[in-house]
Amino acid sequence: MHKASLAEPHLPSTLPISPPPPPAARRRPEGSPVVRAILIAATFGIVGLLILVPLASVFTQAFAKGLGTYWQNLVGNAETRHAIFLTMMVAPIAVALNVVFGLAAAWLIARFRFPGRTLLITLIDLPFAVSPVVAGLVFVLIFGLQTPLGEWLLAHNYQVIFAPPGLVLATTFVTFPFVARELIPVMEAMGPDEELAARSLGASGWQLYCRVTLPSVKWGLLYGVILCNARAMGEFGAVYVVSGRIGGLTDTMPLRVEKLFQEYNQPAAFAVASLLTLLALVTLVVKVSIEPRVRQEQERDLPPEISQEKA
Amino acid sequence: MSVGVSRRVLPGFSLTLGYVVFYLSALVLIPLIACVLKAASLGWDDFWSVVWTPRARAAYALTFGVSFVAAIVNSVLGLIVAWTLVRYDFPFRRLVDALVDVPLALPTAVAGLVYASLYVPNGWLGQFLVPIGIEGAYSRLGIVLVLIFTGFPFVVRTVQPVLAELDVETEEAAAILGATPGQTFRRVLLPALVPPVLTGFALAFARGLGEYGSVIFISSNIQFETEIAPVLIVSQLEAFAYREAAAIAVMLLAMSFTLLVVINLLERWSQRHA
Amino acid sequence: MSIVIQNVSKRFGSFTALQDVSIKVPEGELVALLGPSGSGKTTLLRIVAGLEAADCGTVQFGTDDITNQNPRDRNIGFVFQHYALFRHMTVFENVAFGLRVRKWANADVQARVMELLSLVKLDILAQRYPSQLSGGQRQRVALARALASSPRVLLLDEPFGALDAKVRAELRQWLRRLHDEYPVTTLFVTHDQEEAFEVSDRVAVMNAGKVEQFDTPDAVFESPASAFVLDFLGNVNVFHGRVQDGKAHVGEIVFDCPGPENQTFGAAKVYVRPHDLDISVEPSEGASLQVRVTHLRPAGSVTRVVAVSIDGQKEIRVDLPIGRSRELAIRKGDVVFVHPRRAHVFAPDYAI
Repeated sequence: MHKASLAEPHLPSTLPISPPPPPAARRRPEGSPVVRAILIAATFGIVGLLILVPLASVFTQAFAKGLGTYWQNLVGNAETRHAIFLTMMVAPIAVALNVVFGLAAAWLIARFRFPGRTLLITLIDLPFAVSPVVAGLVFVLIFGLQTPLGEWLLAHNYQVIFAPPGLVLATTFVTFPFVARELIPVMEAMGPDEELAARSLGASGWQLYCRVTLPSVKWGLLYGVILCNARAMGEFGAVYVVSGRIGGLTDTMPLRVEKLFQEYNQPAAFAVASLLTLLALVTLVVKVSIEPRVRQEQERDLPPEISQEKA
Repeated sequence: MSVGVSRRVLPGFSLTLGYVVFYLSALVLIPLIACVLKAASLGWDDFWSVVWTPRARAAYALTFGVSFVAAIVNSVLGLIVAWTLVRYDFPFRRLVDALVDVPLALPTAVAGLVYASLYVPNGWLGQFLVPIGIEGAYSRLGIVLVLIFTGFPFVVRTVQPVLAELDVETEEAAAILGATPGQTFRRVLLPALVPPVLTGFALAFARGLGEYGSVIFISSNIQFETEIAPVLIVSQLEAFAYREAAAIAVMLLAMSFTLLVVINLLERWSQRHA
Repeated sequence: MSIVIQNVSKRFGSFTALQDVSIKVPEGELVALLGPSGSGKTTLLRIVAGLEAADCGTVQFGTDDITNQNPRDRNIGFVFQHYALFRHMTVFENVAFGLRVRKWANADVQARVMELLSLVKLDILAQRYPSQLSGGQRQRVALARALASSPRVLLLDEPFGALDAKVRAELRQWLRRLHDEYPVTTLFVTHDQEEAFEVSDRVAVMNAGKVEQFDTPDAVFESPASAFVLDFLGNVNVFHGRVQDGKAHVGEIVFDCPGPENQTFGAAKVYVRPHDLDISVEPSEGASLQVRVTHLRPAGSVTRVVAVSIDGQKEIRVDLPIGRSRELAIRKGDVVFVHPRRAHVFAPDYAI
C-alpha cells in the first residue's frame, strides 16, 4: 500500500497497489511443512468460499435459463436497456470531472507548499469516510424539491434530484478522491526537476504540463481512471437516495439489479449483475497488468534536490 | 520526496488552488455543511430526541455490532491469507493474490444479490446450512457474512507489505538464539504484525459502518431487528423527514470521522519503532 | 571449543561458492575470513552457523560433529552486519531473548543481562528501543545478545560494515580487547584487510571459494602464498620478467628467487611492495631502474613517491620513510634510481 508523502490521516484507495511478489528469498529458518500445508489449504478455502463461489454463482444464475433468455433480459427490456445506457453515461462524466480535479490537485499538492496543504490532503480523503447513503442525502438536502434552490430549479425546468444530473453529482462525490490519490504519489516521486528544466528552456505552463508532466504520470493516471470508473459504475447507496427510483429514467445498473430482485425476477437481476461483474473482472485484469508500471512511476529515483547542486 | 517549489518558479499555483478549493467546496464541503446545518435546525434537545430513539439506538447498535464482528473475522482470515501469500510459494499464488481485490472492485449491489441467493434455503450454500440452523439470508448473520465479503481485502492489504518487509535476519537471529519456529512467531513476528492487523481491522470496520448496497439485499430490514443505520436514514427520507434523516446522518458521520482519527493514530503508533 | 571445517563445498545453482575448504580455528582464537565479495567467506560462516547446509564436508565444534545440527541447537552466537535487533523490544529484552526462550528464571535473566550490558557499556540504555540508538550502540547490543547464553563459538558477519569509519575503528579495537578478556572462539568475516590484521590472531584469505592462505597476519603479509594474496593485501608493484637459472630477471635487475637453482619458468611476475623499494640518486650496486619522479605526497609516516620509468612505460610506486626522503631531498621531475630490497616472484601456477 503506497503511502508516499500523503500526510495522514487517510484511508487506502479502494484498490491499493499490491506489494510486488517476493523475490526468490533466502530460505527462512525452517517452519513445519504441516503448518505450511494447512495454511495454504486454508487460504484456498477462504478465497474460494468468499470470492470464487459468489463469482461463479453470478454467471451460473445469469445463464440458468439459457443464452436466449439471458440476452432477452438484457436487451429486451426497455428499462434495463435504459439503465445500461444511463450507467454508461453517468460514470464517464463523473470520471472526467474527477480526472480534471485529480490533475489539478496533484499539481497543487505535489509541487507547492502552502498553509493548509495538510488540511487539503485530509479533505480529499473525506468521501471515504462518508457512507454512500449520506453522500446521496446531502445532495437531496441541497437540491431537493423542498428547498428554495430546488423550487427555483424546477421553475426553470431544471431538475437535479430525481434526474440524471443528481446521479452525476452523487457519483462524482463518491468517486472524488480516486484519481487524485493515485496521481499525488506519482508526481511526488517524479520531482519537479524536469518541469523546472523545461521552464528554464522557455516552455509555457501548458507546454511543460503536456509535454513533460503528463507523459511521466500516464500510468498512475490510467490506474486512477480505471479505479474511479469501476467505483462509479458500481455505486449504489448514493445513487439510490438521489434517484427517486424512477424506473426508465433514473435507475442505473446497480439500481436496476435491486429492482429486478424486488420483483423476484432473479435471472434478469443476475443478467445485469453479470455485466457489472464482468466490468469488475476487466478492471482487475487491467489493474494487474499495469501495476508494475505504476509501481515504477511511484518508486522512481528522486533527482537530487535542487538546493544541493553538486559542483 | 518532492521539493516544495517557490510559487513563482512553476506556474499554475493560483489556478489550481482556486479550482481545487472551488471543486472541494462545491462538491464536498458545502453539501456536508448543509447536512450539519439541517440537523442543527432541530435544536439541541430535538436533535437528541431524534437520534436517540429506541429504533435509532437499535440501528446504531446493530450497525456497530455487525461491522465489529465482520472486522474481527476479517482480521483472522486476512492474517492467514496475507501470511500464506507472502511466505509461501504455490501454484496459482498470483491468481489468488489478484482475487483478493474482487470485493473492492465488485459493485456492492452484486455482492448483496449473490449473497442473498446463496444463503436462501434453496441456494448453493443455503441448502446445506439452513437445515443445520444457519440462516444466512434475511438475518443478522447474513449482514455479517456480506460485510465479511466487502471488508476482506483490507486486512490482507495492510499486512502484506509489513510482512514482506520483515527482515529474514531477524528470524535467523531468533533461531540462532534458540527459539523454535513457534517461539519466533509469537515473540518476534506477531508483535510486528499487530499494528497492521489493527489498522486493517479499523479500515474494515469503517467500511462496514457505511455499507448499504449489499446489506439491503440480504437483510430483511426489519426495525429493531435487522435495520442498519443507513437503512434508517433512507426510510426517514422516504417519509420526507429530512431533518431527522440529516440528524442520523450526522451521527453516522461523527462515528466515521472518529474512526478516521483512530486509524490515523494507529498508523502513527505502528511507526513508532521504525 | 575449536572449530574444525573439513572439505566443505557449496554450490548455488551453477555458482560454486565454496570448494573443498578446510580450516581449523584453534580454541579461544579470533580468526578472520578475509576476501573480496564472492569469495565465499559469508557462505562459509553461515554454514558454520547452520543457516546454510554444505553440499559435502563436515563442521565440528571440538569433537562434536554438528554438520547436520539445527542452528538453534548449536549454542553459537551470531552478529549480523545490519544488527538484526528486534525492533519492538527494548535493549534489555533483546539481550534477554536467548535466555527467555530457554526458560531461565527472571532473576537470573536480570543478572546476566545487566552483566552483559555493563560489559558493552550500555547498561544505562537498557530501556531504550533500537530505533533510539546509534549504529555503533546497536551493534554492541547485538554482540551482548549473542554472548548472553555463553555460546561456545562466536560468529560475526562483517559486523562493522554498516558503520562509519571512525566508529568502525573504535569498535574494532574494542572487540579485540573484549576478546582478550573473554576469549571465546571467534570467526569473523570481513573484506577490510586492515580490520582483519588489527583484530585477529589468524587470517584466512579467501578467493573464489578457496582458502588461499591461513596463517597469522604477519606471516600472510610477509610471506604471501600466492599472487592473489599479495595483490589483495595492499598496493604492490608488478613487474613482468623471466626466470632463468634460478633467478628472476626484470630488465637488467636480477632478483634472487628462493627455490632450486636451475629453474627456468619463462615468464614470471615479480611483485615488489612500495616499501621494499629504495631510491638513490646514483645507480646502485646490482642493477637498478632509472625513473623520473612524477608525484610526491606525504602520507603519515611515509612519503608516497610515484615515478615513471625512463622509457615512459611503467609506473612505479615507492613508499619512503620520512627520514630517508628528507635525506634524499628529491623533487618532482628528478631522475633517480630505484632498486628493490625484496621481492616475491610468482610464475603462473607456482609460488616461489
